Amino acid sequence: MSHRAVLLVGTRKGAFILDGDGTRRTWSIRGPYCEGFSIHDVSFDHSDGAILAGGGSPWFGPAVWRSADLGATWTHSSAGLTYGDAGPDLTRVWNVTAAAGAVYAGVEPAGLFRSDDGGRTWTHLQGLRAHPSRPDWQPGNGGLICHTIVPDPADPAHLWVGISSVGVFETVDGGATWTTRNRGVRTDFIPGPAPDFGQCVHKLALAAGEPSTLYQQNHCGVYRSADAGATWTEITAGLPSDFGFPIGVHPRDPGTAWVMPLNGADKGRFAPDAKPAVWRTRDRGESWTRLDRGLPPRDAYISVLREAMAVDDLEPAGVYIGTSTGQLYGSADEGETWTAIAENLPPIASVEVAVIGR
Amino acid sequence: MADVLLSRALLALFPGVPRRIAVEASSVREVIAALDRAAPGISDRLLRAGPSIREHINVFVDGDVAGLDTPVNPGSTVHVIPAVSGGA
Repeated sequence: MSHRAVLLVGTRKGAFILDGDGTRRTWSIRGPYCEGFSIHDVSFDHSDGAILAGGGSPWFGPAVWRSADLGATWTHSSAGLTYGDAGPDLTRVWNVTAAAGAVYAGVEPAGLFRSDDGGRTWTHLQGLRAHPSRPDWQPGNGGLICHTIVPDPADPAHLWVGISSVGVFETVDGGATWTTRNRGVRTDFIPGPAPDFGQCVHKLALAAGEPSTLYQQNHCGVYRSADAGATWTEITAGLPSDFGFPIGVHPRDPGTAWVMPLNGADKGRFAPDAKPAVWRTRDRGESWTRLDRGLPPRDAYISVLREAMAVDDLEPAGVYIGTSTGQLYGSADEGETWTAIAENLPPIASVEVAVIGR
Repeated sequence: MADVLLSRALLALFPGVPRRIAVEASSVREVIAALDRAAPGISDRLLRAGPSIREHINVFVDGDVAGLDTPVNPGSTVHVIPAVSGGA
């Protein structure tokens, strides 16, 4: 067994890399990297083996960091990550996603950038901010952030993005034009019927092998779409709460997904009853199973943020969660049992996993 | 030539750049442009949209807080220092 898993962890105090072995039960920690920067997302570019980290520094502004040697050395750039001198000022990078030879960056205030040189220079994809709804975009608690980028692996011109308190958008022309994709999603925080946009998407994920099946953890429930986001069906029933941040999907089974419900938007936003659990569906959200073996049994007032759940593509799939209080847990059996991988990291914003060496 | 001193935090971001750099410049704006030629990308770390000096970056010319248009004279000493910030 020559392959091994590598966990890429973004924290409020830089990025960390955890080197695992083929069993995914032994890990060693390296870092921090990107010091001085709050790192919101660390991702792996399978096209060239680079690690990309997006974030921002209160002193030095936004940046995408890049390592071509699995973290040994790093460079940083924000060349082109700007809305121009007329502003608004771009403050942080929230998501970095590689797809089809390009790299995309979602930023605050919400917008989308593309790099065609591995993250060294960036071009603003102006179509998203040119959407007619943009003057009415309002920030959520985390800011006006483009936090999720979901590429269609079958079509490089097709992707979805998620913007907090604004919703899901879809483009089929490489980002030139965008369509809101929020029909069927509740907006309990707005009186009257749900509008066309203003939905608070927390995380979006594309089902394996089905480019028309999406899952969404929203501020107001968990949803599934069978038509590429055109309409959404709520699948919250069976979960202890409609509130959470991340959602992860299985690498091979389009019907399997994981969420980490918190006690509620207005209740402190930690594990219900301080007894953390990941919940898994095997039937597209028709039913959910509580998975907590190995997680703290009680008195654990922890939460997992939107980018801080990852799923690897090994057999069985591994699932990983990082908490906003610095604990990192992993499961090598699709969530059945959990172990603590690290317990004293800085507040974790993101977890990604890459399997290398195969 | 003006004498520019960079903070350790900046040096950490741009390995190999000397702490003290002599530049030909008549304003802070020109100092930062000269720094960017010596350390490509450093202007993005120091300037925000506008452009203006980032909120938590302080530039001093001969000991006085400066803006982009502050004159720099031959023999001036320019410090580029991140502002103090509290918390953990």
